Amino acid sequence: MVPPRTRSPIRVLIAKPGLDGHDRGAKVVARALRDAGMEVIYAGLRQTPEEIVRAALEEDVDLIGLSILSGAHMALFPRVLTLLRKEGASKIPVFAGGIIPDEDARRLKRLGIRAIFGPGATLDEIVRTAEQLARHAS
Amino acid sequence: MSRPVRLPPTAQAIVRGDRRALARAITAVEDGDASADLLLRSLYARSGNAAVVGLAGPLGVGKSSLVNALVGLLRARQKPVGVVAVDPSSPFSGGSVLGDRIRLERRADDPDVFFRSMASRGAVGGIASTTTDVVRLLEAAGFPTVLVETVGSGQVDVAIREVATTRVVVTAPHLGDEVQTLKAGLFEIADVFCVNKSDLPGADVAERDLAELASLGASRDGWRPTVVRTSATTPSGIEELWSAIEAHEAFRAASGDRAGAERRRLAAEIVDRVRDRLAGEVARALEDDPALARLLDQVVDRALDPRTAADRVLEQRLRAR
Ligand SMILES: Nc1nc2c(ncn2[C@@H]2O[C@H](COP(=O)(O)OP(=O)(O)OP(=O)(O)O)[C@@H](O)[C@H]2O)c(=O)[nH]1
Ligand SMILES: [Mg+2]
Repeated sequence: MVPPRTRSPIRVLIAKPGLDGHDRGAKVVARALRDAGMEVIYAGLRQTPEEIVRAALEEDVDLIGLSILSGAHMALFPRVLTLLRKEGASKIPVFAGGIIPDEDARRLKRLGIRAIFGPGATLDEIVRTAEQLARHAS
Repeated sequence: MSRPVRLPPTAQAIVRGDRRALARAITAVEDGDASADLLLRSLYARSGNAAVVGLAGPLGVGKSSLVNALVGLLRARQKPVGVVAVDPSSPFSGGSVLGDRIRLERRADDPDVFFRSMASRGAVGGIASTTTDVVRLLEAAGFPTVLVETVGSGQVDVAIREVATTRVVVTAPHLGDEVQTLKAGLFEIADVFCVNKSDLPGADVAERDLAELASLGASRDGWRPTVVRTSATTPSGIEELWSAIEAHEAFRAASGDRAGAERRRLAAEIVDRVRDRLAGEVARALEDDPALARLLDQVVDRALDPRTAADRVLEQRLRAR
């Protein structure tokens, strides 16, 4: 039996923009968020920013998580934020994970990425941050 | 014969084709929000005309890939299509990984495809308890075809019967024992059998087995299930699959199956809703209403039996209305 729900589950989109074909990390995070009671829409590999934003709106998610290893983050992440703004959906928080140099991370945060996790981040940390971001968004 | 009702603003937005409004309304329906209730009441008259195609079958046979192929075919013919894809919720955390979207390939700016993932949220039978209402919202939003992918547990996805007008049971070569479990449940509800992954060896055997089963099985309401072969990834056989679905839809329209099956489904829905509401009211009243609390005390003390107590509760409830 599913435990009685006091509030509706957080819906989160996990997507991997960029061309690299590794989604192990994204899948591990997706499972951790599921185990924390979230409904994780897993959009898969090689998503364009347009596809990611479209999926986020259709699925009416509370939160978007992006994962990237290919180094194209400085092009792709800001594009997602721009598209969200254009759709009037900039209230949906976006967090990111991957191999992102400190300098880039600072710039991305200034642009509006709410949290960035490097390879050293624990799943606990990611889950807790995701919960906070989703609950305080609306 | 719909009464000329003024639709509430959100309902108007959905009917107008506002996809954000639709997406938010689906969330409200899933979460059982009060706002969803009014919406569903006002939009019901706009449902009931779409072809609702259910795709059920064991894990990994290619349901999502077939959904993607059918979306491609319908869009090539300029037909709008809505999709609801259901995945299981974890019985432990209540969470879920909804992965059917991975197979979807469509233009990101195509407004005539709407894809929504749903978690089963504890319901058994392959769909969520709110899937029927979500399909109604998609119909009200103007989608003439709605594809519903079930959880993928094989034998228990039979709730698809409640929501779909045409039920496609998907199999693949070399399922082995899976076919046995299919026979036990899903087999009886199939309007179309689809042997997917026909690019793999063994498809001939699988098709022959199914055709044999289909011919043995008594035809339901005058319809004998058809068998088609597809390869969702090649793709091939998709036009044949769609033709088989259309043939069943045409049969339904011509045969009055609608009047029969639809009527039974809706009767069951009304019974469910009355039961749920009455049960909720009574459960609350047994705690809050002093007279009923005393009644319960008597049952606990063996001064009254539960059946007689139920009679009294029902009498009291009916008077209270
Ligand atoms: N060879 C071959 N592989 C296929 C075909 N259709 C699907 N697949 C593959 O089978 C795997 C599962 O496909 P899905 O479409 O996700 O199957 P599903 O039934 O939706 O899976 P669940 O939703 O998990 O039950 C994927 O790796 C697909 O690429 C096909 O026609 N031929
Ligand atoms: Mg699937």
